This record gives sequence, C-alpha cells and structure tokens, in this order.
Amino acid sequence: MDTTLTVNDLQTQFATRAGLVKAVDQVSFSVKRGEIMGLVGESGSGKSMTGYSIMGLIDAPGKIVAGEILLQGSDLRSLPAEAMRKIRGNRIAMIFQDPMMTLNPVLRIDTQMMEAVRAHQDVSRMVAREMSREALVRVGIPSPDERLQAYPHQFSGGMRQRVAIAIALLNQPDLIICDEPTTALDVTIQGQILYEMQKLCRESGTALIWITHDLSVVAGLADTVAVMYAGRIVESGTVQQVLEHPRHPYTHGLIASAPSRNPRGQPLQQIPGMTPSLLNLPEGCAFRTRCAHATVECAQTPQLREVEQRMLRCWHPLRDNVVEAVS
Amino acid sequence: MSQAAEKNMEQPVPAANLLELQAVSKQFVKTLDSAAKIANLFGAGMRQEVVHAVDEVSLDIRRGEVVGLVGESGCGKSTLGRMAVGLHSLTAGTRLWKGQSLEQLDVAERRKRQLAIQMIFQDPYASLNPRMRVQDIVGEAPLVHGMVEASQQRDYVENLLQRVGLDGAMLRRFPHQFSGGQRARVGIARALAVKPEFLVCDEAVAALDVSIQAQVLNLFIKLRDELDLTYLFISHDLGVVRHLSDRVVIMYLGRIVESAAADTVFASANHPYTQALLASAPKLEVRRTEFFAVKGEIPSPLHPPPGCHFHPRCPHAMPRCKVEKPALKEVGAKHFSACHLNDGLA
Repeated sequence: MDTTLTVNDLQTQFATRAGLVKAVDQVSFSVKRGEIMGLVGESGSGKSMTGYSIMGLIDAPGKIVAGEILLQGSDLRSLPAEAMRKIRGNRIAMIFQDPMMTLNPVLRIDTQMMEAVRAHQDVSRMVAREMSREALVRVGIPSPDERLQAYPHQFSGGMRQRVAIAIALLNQPDLIICDEPTTALDVTIQGQILYEMQKLCRESGTALIWITHDLSVVAGLADTVAVMYAGRIVESGTVQQVLEHPRHPYTHGLIASAPSRNPRGQPLQQIPGMTPSLLNLPEGCAFRTRCAHATVECAQTPQLREVEQRMLRCWHPLRDNVVEAVS
Repeated sequence: MSQAAEKNMEQPVPAANLLELQAVSKQFVKTLDSAAKIANLFGAGMRQEVVHAVDEVSLDIRRGEVVGLVGESGCGKSTLGRMAVGLHSLTAGTRLWKGQSLEQLDVAERRKRQLAIQMIFQDPYASLNPRMRVQDIVGEAPLVHGMVEASQQRDYVENLLQRVGLDGAMLRRFPHQFSGGQRARVGIARALAVKPEFLVCDEAVAALDVSIQAQVLNLFIKLRDELDLTYLFISHDLGVVRHLSDRVVIMYLGRIVESAAADTVFASANHPYTQALLASAPKLEVRRTEFFAVKGEIPSPLHPPPGCHFHPRCPHAMPRCKVEKPALKEVGAKHFSACHLNDGLA
C-alpha cells in the first residue's frame, strides 16, 4: 500500500495578545491509500487544527511555523496559494461537523455541487449535473433528481451531512478529512453514515482522517489511531494495539473511564483534574500534572519514540496493561 | 400557615411511587396568525399545525430509583422530562407527586411542594446567567424560598460548592470564568440548593469531554448515595444510561416503546427499535465490523405514521402495524414492550 499523506513535525502556532499558543506541536503521522485514521482528543487538544493545517485553512494570527505536509510525496506547504486552491476540494476534501454551516442556505443543492465540480474539472453543466446526481446516489440519498432541486433547509440533519459527504466525493479526492461529522447526529443516523463511509473508502481507495472525541466510533471504524493531548500526539498505532493495550497513561485513562469498562452503578475510573490551558502548559510532558506515574523526569519533554509497535510520547509507558471489559 | 396545618400537610401519603405520570400527553399547537385567518376567509384552507410531542405516556418513578430515558432527537424525551418537573403543562393526563396532584393545591402550597423536584439542564453555557455571580446563581432560590437568611447565604453556597467538588472560594466568580465541567457542577449545585428529592437531568453530561464526563457521572452517583436522591436521567448515550440507571425507558416519536430493568434491556431487548438502537451504537470492544444500518429516518412528529410509529423503518413490519397502535404489554418480569410481534408468541 502506498502512502497518501505524510505529516512530519507539524507545528501550528497562534500569536495571541495573551501569549503564543502552540495549537499543534510536533505532530507526525502518515495515512495509506484506503486507510482510515482516527484522530482522537478532547476539546482544545489540537485535533481540528491539525486538519485545518493540512487543508491550508489556518488564518492569521495562526501560522504553520515548521514541518512538512506531504501529499503523495509533494510538500503542500511549499505550494503557492493558487496551486493549493487547485488541490483543496479536488485532491483533499474536508467534511465539517455542522453541515448547516457549510452548505450555502440560499443556493440549491445542484448549484453548489456543480460549482464544486466545475471549479476543478472542465466539463459542461450537463455532465457536472450528472456527476452530482451520481454522488448523491452513492451516499444513499433517495430520489436524487428531486433532491438536487432542493435547498439545504429542506433536508434533515443526517441528509444534509450526506450531501456534504457527496460534495467531498465529487472530485474523487485522495484524502478526505472528516471533522466530527457525526457528532451532531442521532445514533441510528450515525450508524448509517459510518456504514457508507467505510464502504466508500474500501471501494475507492480514498484515505480518511476521522477527527473525533469518541473512542468507540474510532474502535469500529478506523485502522489506525492517533491520540492527541494539548497539541501533541501522545500515542499512535493500530486501533487494536492502542485501544486494547494502551501504554500512555492518558490513553489508558480515557479508555478506563468509559462506562462500558466499569461495573454498573459503581464510580467510574476518572482522570483527575482538567485539561490545562494551551497558554499555560506544564513544562515537559503536558499530562504530568494529571498523571499518577509522573516523576521528576517528566519535566523534560518526552520525544515520540517507537515502543512495542506504536509511537509513544511518554517517559514511563505502562506495562502490558490490558483494559478489562466489565459488563 | 400554622404549625398544625403544616404537620397535617406533611402527613406521608402511602404511595410507593414518588412521581406518577398517567397517560400524559403534550401537544404543541401552532395557531394561525391573522394573515392566515384572512387568507382562510378567501378559502386558503390553512390549518393549525399540531405537534404530538408526547402521546399518552405513563411512567412511575419509585423513591431512590434511577430511571434512564433514552431516545433520539425529537422523540419527546426532553418534553417528558419538562412535564415531570412541571415546566410544561399537560395537554392530557395526570401528574401525581407522592400520590397527590399538585395542580389541585393552592398556589403557595404547590410552590413549596414543587421545590422537591428540580432540573439540571443540558447546556452548562446557556443555562447559567452570564451576568450573575455563582453566589447568586446558586444562592438565589434558597433565599427567595426562605430556606436561608441573607446573612447565611454565603456559607450555604460555599458548602454546596464543596459538595459538588468546587472550591468554595469560587463563589464571587462569573460563569465565563469556569470550564465546561465546572459549569456543569455549578448547575448541579443550583439544583441541590433547594434540597430536592427528585432530579430530572436532561442530557446533563452530553456537552462534556470524555474525561470530564466520567468525573460528573461519579458526582451524580455520589450525590444519590449521600442525599438519597431519585433521578430521571435523560440521555441519548446508551453507555451512560446503562451505567447509571436501574430501569431504562426507551421512547420513539412521543411514545414509550420499551421499559425494563437496565440489564434486561441491554441483554434481551424486545422491541425492534431498541434492538436497532443497540446495534447502531458504536462500542469500544467491537473492531472493524459492518455498521448496522437501520433504514430511514425519524418521521416528523407533525405527521407521525399511523399505527406503530416505527413501522416504516421496522424490518419485521406487518400489515397490522400500519393500522393498529400497539399497546405496552408485559413480555417478561417488569419488562414492557409495545410491539405486535409479541402477540404472535403468546
């Protein structure tokens, strides 16, 4: 399998009046063709900013200060703005959390979809319309001919997200970045969309980065997973390795706090404290103030290194620590 | 009120159930505005739109019980929660608190009884007044209801904050100075301030991060044990509900479709909708499987399908399901389900 995207040492920073915010700090990962990577973290962990950085959507005062973003070997950071425009929406597409915000409320679906096609391909309106219709069919929207004529407010939340996915699929991108696309949806609708996405990835070989806070979605959907905390990746590897045998105390804490991993009615295992502000991170390992295993050594920043078939950023990796499922 | 009269009122009514909702319904009617009425004079034929948010639902909650209310958006679970608290009036049916209808009491007495039922809201950002300090947010209600003197308010609020795991020194702060998890705790402290017996928690942990969610759920468990509280816990998250609840009630489009002990629901769900819901929920333990896709979407409560509301999406739907509304019947010990399929088995 060839690699679709490689991110090396990415650093995105925001110079605010209150100080320098390192939203993305030395993030490295790669995604192969047809592979689904889950990018997991809590709010403020930098997972969405990583996605925006890849898309080149960071606005001032934010800036990508270091690192490489290699799409099939060519560095996106070195491209001029005009060349990046040709890639965005064409070879890399993004799906956002709230489809009501990303679809234009005053334009019909066909106008918006045909615009996306014709921005990147030199085809007639007839052909663009036919391609749009096919994309709607692929994401499971019934009676696509009528639906093309509709406005976004005439769709339900789940259908609107399907339209957003259809738009992302229009130009057959190499990579789709999904930023919490099912968070606002109901469980049965989420199940439908996960099913469609999995099928599409398998069939078309599109690589997928699935940004979410929900470990259980990643567990079912993704091949690999990267866990972020305070702007850094703390652990990454295959879903099986990371979720079944977490070595980083934070990953372990997240999994252990899931209600399904605790006896019913008993207090849940919890991570003490709260996520630190990015303006005021502890020196060294950002997790050390909440970590039960922290020592003096943790005041030094741990580097991402390979430990037992995964990348890990921790001085004191947990020993084989299988999180038991209690039911 | 004299002390004797008060004592008389306090006489415990022998009732096993703390709160009883008997065949309650709630309809929201969008009345015609004057323009539509004029248009009707010319034969426009516009009608009032009626949303059947809750449709003849009966629910009993015993003292000390934690009832989980599960359903997707628009199924009426929040409306039912608000009816339980008394925030929404009932279109039909009766609501009994300790065996007594609060609506028949005089205003002052109802106000006093009502204090025992409190609510915790979903959004810890929108439900706290941004211009009030925590001392006033939490301390206002007990002061108004004469539970504390103004001079003691500060100590009272400080105690409550410590009880929910916040630093007592935070009481001069405004809501924006707190994180999401801390705000959720302030919302809980506010509900506890009037010494309630029964709390309705409407998606109380949905807006929180995973690690913070565990902390707040633990707080709920601790408070129930310490203060002998009864919860109606409304959530769309099956994992959370399973962890906390003794009994789980599942709603679909304004009706209860299944109700049973938590273990029973998760081990042997009876209703096809419950089964679909359980199968759709992603689980940490399940790797790379095909996601179960239940077809279709929740229909609009403006025009609910006739018969069983779930029949357009149900894989087992029969002709009978399209015409006849299934009744909630006992299919096992304290296990109720509203599905025509069960008649075939009997």
